[in-house]
Amino acid sequence: MSVVTSGDPQPVFRIDMLWTDERYRSLFIQVIAMMVLMLGVAWLVNNAIQNLSDLGKDFDFGFLSQPANYDINQRLIDYTSRDTNARAAAVGILNTLLIAFLGCIAATLIGVTAGVLRLSKNWLIARLMTVYVEGFRNVPLLIWILFIMAIVNEALPSPRDFRGENALEAGSFVLTNRGVYIPAPVWEAGSSIVVGVFIVSLIAIFFMRRWAKAKQVATGEQTPVFWIGLGLFFGPALIAYFAFGMPIGLEHPELKGFNFQGGIWMRDSLIALWLALSLYTGAFIAEIVRAGILSVSHGQTEAAYALGLRPNRTMNLIILPQALRVIVPPLISQFLNLTKNSSLAIAVGYMDATGTLGGITLNQTGREMECILLLMAFYLIVSLLISSVMNFYNSRVKLVER
Amino acid sequence: MKFMNLAAAAAAVGIFAVPAANAQTLGDIKERGVVNCGINTGLTGFAFTDENGNWQGFDVALCKAIAAAVFGDPDAVEYTSLTGKTRFTALASGEVDVLSRNTTWTLSRDVDLKLDFQGVNYYDGQGFMIPKGLGVTSALELDGASVCIQTGTTTELNLADYFRANNMSYEPIPIETNAEAQQKYLAEACDVYTTDASGLAATRASFENPGDHLILPEIISKEPLGPVTRHGDSEWSDIVRWTLNALIIGEEKGITADNVEEMASTSAEELDPEVARLLGVDGTYGEMLGLEPNWAVSAIKAGGNYAEIFDEYLGPETPIGLERGLNALYSNGGILYAPPFR
Repeated sequence: MSVVTSGDPQPVFRIDMLWTDERYRSLFIQVIAMMVLMLGVAWLVNNAIQNLSDLGKDFDFGFLSQPANYDINQRLIDYTSRDTNARAAAVGILNTLLIAFLGCIAATLIGVTAGVLRLSKNWLIARLMTVYVEGFRNVPLLIWILFIMAIVNEALPSPRDFRGENALEAGSFVLTNRGVYIPAPVWEAGSSIVVGVFIVSLIAIFFMRRWAKAKQVATGEQTPVFWIGLGLFFGPALIAYFAFGMPIGLEHPELKGFNFQGGIWMRDSLIALWLALSLYTGAFIAEIVRAGILSVSHGQTEAAYALGLRPNRTMNLIILPQALRVIVPPLISQFLNLTKNSSLAIAVGYMDATGTLGGITLNQTGREMECILLLMAFYLIVSLLISSVMNFYNSRVKLVER
Repeated sequence: MKFMNLAAAAAAVGIFAVPAANAQTLGDIKERGVVNCGINTGLTGFAFTDENGNWQGFDVALCKAIAAAVFGDPDAVEYTSLTGKTRFTALASGEVDVLSRNTTWTLSRDVDLKLDFQGVNYYDGQGFMIPKGLGVTSALELDGASVCIQTGTTTELNLADYFRANNMSYEPIPIETNAEAQQKYLAEACDVYTTDASGLAATRASFENPGDHLILPEIISKEPLGPVTRHGDSEWSDIVRWTLNALIIGEEKGITADNVEEMASTSAEELDPEVARLLGVDGTYGEMLGLEPNWAVSAIKAGGNYAEIFDEYLGPETPIGLERGLNALYSNGGILYAPPFR
């Protein structure tokens, strides 16, 4: 006969402890929430499959290898209406990337300029920049796109005005309501050498700056990097250009038939979209830049002045490096916004990925699900790429904490 | 309207969430009390708003006739204006019950897009309009031209085929709606506007100086336009098809909006046998369709027979001034032909 005398009561698990006991409660709630979420997703997917089969539609990407049968005006790669839907989508994707690239650069230039000028002591300039920022930030982007397109279409002369009596004079740059024509470079024999020399001088500038920096750190002596850089930038390339008998010519646009031919044609849709996207996003970037500069305490400026640094050196060496760590993270989202907003392109007939894959292909093949899913995947990938590149840059400029 | 890509996206998402409309369209319509009819965003003669803001036009009249056939009331219609790109998604997702919007009957739409075309209410073909000042008299002189083209249409594909077949280059300028095309064309942002010849005539009629613009003689395609329903609902499709047929038979037999009631109250013996069947005086044809016996009376009374509708909105007396041409009855040299009502 024995008596149980053990002092430690065994922990007993009761079912109600799942929601009364702190040790289990949080896990229990998370498991339930996850199950509900997964049920919801399963219901949506199942419903989509059910509805597609009710409509008698299957889920098939075969249409991508079928001929697209439609034409696209702006093509960065060769494309005819006999090419596949996949190639049409590629043309659109390249157009999206082009407008995103051009837009991000222009928006950054505009935004940084406007942001700095808004802090200017000049009353007029500061107020003008305020008007710009508030005007663009507070009107929907679509309206700006349509507005700029309407101005281009209605105000600029049509190609017909360059013909017949009282014809307008067409110079090297031609502004028409169908877009802007600029001279295109013509690469003749020997031009590759000029380009090669130019690339070599770019590399030389890079190493010259590194050398100058190392020298300054070691000895404190400064080198006039700007002037040397300017000389390297233009000098060798110009010498090579003339030495090889000016192998790079210019092709000027000429009126032939209905339209101008030759030169580089920036279509009205590209210009309207580019201007609107960069001005709109530029207004947001201006505010980000202003906030970044204001985030650096004024004491830093005063300290720099006390050390004898001039205002532009103060800005470049003291303020901007500290401001950048505030500026860059929100700048990433503005770049992402610009890229995604470029899908408004179809409003002015710019054939981007939304216009080709998500527009004409979708409509002519009736593959809504497939096209929209592909389009979402494309924007997702591009956005992730942009943010990883920018995050890499951010990790370079952010304040190093020890 | 600008956001057809968004609309398409919304519809794709809609496919996730909303149970797709299927085989009970007629029941749904009766329960709802209105027919949802998809029409053009605005095309003089076919679908336009009058001074009171009500939709009028050749395509709209068919919506009214269908509503009258179902409810006896031509105003029991909810109109949705759709662009060339949004129309099929709107129909497939159940947003509209029937599409009466200058829609060309093609194999891929019929088979692959899972649409059902319920006949042809206008036989059309694609043409080109160009300012007379350019001195162009044939579509074969259009090499290098900028062409305004509505996206999501068969005309877009015909255009690509035509220029490729004739070894000509062109600059497509994609636009969404007829109004947008008109604005671009008049601003000379494009040299040529191409769409169905009826649409060109309608657009030109709304210009300040219609005489300054020329519709080129080449018709580069067949464009049979007709009402469209979803695949797989024969009951509702039958109603749409036979409403259109009733309007055509109405013209054939001289039944007009004015005399239809008088005819319907005549005894079967005094009437033409087909008229008696059509107007529900003889037989149970309305019941077969799931409608009232006098459905065709209401349909014809709504806007008149085919000829009356054509003359009111498109005919020679209107600014658009289209001749009947192919759209005349087969007995008058056209190809308009309704199967027998029996």
